[in-house]
Amino acid sequence: MDSKISISDLNLYYGSFQALKNINMDVKSNEITALIGPSGCGKSTFLKTLNRMNDLEENVKIDGSILLDGIDIYHEMDAILLRQKIGMVFQQPNPFPKSIYDNVAYGPRILGIRKKHDLDEIVENSLRKAVIWDEVKDRLNKSALSLSGGQQQRICIARTLAVNPDVILMDEPTSALDPISTSKIEDLAVELKKNYTIVIVTHNMQQATRISDKTVFFLLGETIESGETHEIFSRPKDKRTEDYITGRFG
Amino acid sequence: MGKIRSAKIRNAKIADKIMTIVFYCIALLFLMLLLVLALYVVIKGFVDFKLEYLSFNRKGIGNQFFNTLYLVFLSLLISVPLGTLAGIYMSEYAKQGRITKFLRISIETLSSLPSIVVGLFGYLVFIVMTGARWNLMAGALAVSILSIPLITTTTVDAFKSLEVGYKNGSLGLGATHWQTIYHVMLPACFPRIMTGIILAAGRGFGEAAALLYTSGMSTDINWSNWNLSSATCALNPFRPGETLSLLIWASRSEAVSANATQIANLSSAVLMIMVFTFSIGARMLSRRINKKAKGC
Repeated sequence: MDSKISISDLNLYYGSFQALKNINMDVKSNEITALIGPSGCGKSTFLKTLNRMNDLEENVKIDGSILLDGIDIYHEMDAILLRQKIGMVFQQPNPFPKSIYDNVAYGPRILGIRKKHDLDEIVENSLRKAVIWDEVKDRLNKSALSLSGGQQQRICIARTLAVNPDVILMDEPTSALDPISTSKIEDLAVELKKNYTIVIVTHNMQQATRISDKTVFFLLGETIESGETHEIFSRPKDKRTEDYITGRFG
Repeated sequence: MGKIRSAKIRNAKIADKIMTIVFYCIALLFLMLLLVLALYVVIKGFVDFKLEYLSFNRKGIGNQFFNTLYLVFLSLLISVPLGTLAGIYMSEYAKQGRITKFLRISIETLSSLPSIVVGLFGYLVFIVMTGARWNLMAGALAVSILSIPLITTTTVDAFKSLEVGYKNGSLGLGATHWQTIYHVMLPACFPRIMTGIILAAGRGFGEAAALLYTSGMSTDINWSNWNLSSATCALNPFRPGETLSLLIWASRSEAVSANATQIANLSSAVLMIMVFTFSIGARMLSRRINKKAKGC
């Protein structure tokens, strides 16, 4: 299988503080890659470099290269286009204060799709893919904020799917959710990897073992160990990885 | 130990009760104040009421009523776009730093300028320098100087207090900064900006000092004349236009007619009802628009 995203010698600085140190990583197509590690070790920062959300912050300096299908996303691609190809689901469900329909139709509308018929189709397909269609099909005009946290998160996933990305980044998408909603999102992620490439940040070790194919362990801005998820969790090579996954620190 | 603790809890509970009562009393005080004031003005305004006082000619206050509405409309036409755009610039585009801070202080100072000073400034710039007669547009511009800062600061505050998730969510979908502002952030800020607009309109309704030398103290409308360039056409913004608050001031200070007191009282009552109606109407409208945008 080919690399969807390949990262080489990536360094990121906030002012004089180096948040990411010499990251090298390949993300394979149609797999779920889990990023684990203690808080503040650079996982979310790393995730945000993949769709250039870090561009929005001042004082961020990045060197190294990130290739998406062989194209350098920092030098050969427009950030707007990139974010349509690499969608993002955030930690806190963040539907817009609009109706469910308008939330999902937002991305396509931004892309210039105006015809009601086309939008209807995209909205229905996206909601179906996010496995929330049956729950909301009768109240598409209701505010997305009236839904439960778990439903909101699936609306956000549907909203991301509506712009038809290749890659979906998930930044601790279940940390604000209850166990039942969490398992729905996990099932959804596994289902989605058939058609998408997923990179997920998680604090939940079980979650990583349940859904991911590859796992990368971050510590203080460095990748300590990466590989097949079952390998990492059953036979970690590095002492620090072992300490972390067995709960000795973190 | 246990005794001291339970005594402490008891004291805390008593203090809690007392403060609750204090806050209720303060709320009640203000409610009564408003009620008494409003009733006094309205009742006094409609004592010795004659229908001709409401007519649209020299005997009534109809023209001034219209002038007030028109002036507020004109000033909002200027201050709403400028104020919101300035607010968006301040919160979304200006780099945070000394200059922005200074800008913010300047805007706040502008809103607390004495209105008589703004009036004199308006007179110099909009009347003397343009060589025009007193006119409604000059009045609207003067009022805008006072109301733009209100709209700007409420817009800035509204944008700043917005959940960062809205912005990130939109940008993460590949929207540009302006698309994000226009389609997501601005609609989400709408109710709060509306509050600023209501405040700004209130400024226009009530303002007298800033209008003394700008919109003029006379009004002469010919309601059958709809030629916009004519000085007696109601909709001509470049004609002199006395507003209700100016009329109150004039009737009370340099009254020439016998029923000046009565006219002043009635004008006060009408002005008050106007502001009240506008405020409630604007809020209802805002709620409705908001509901439509947000989904029910």
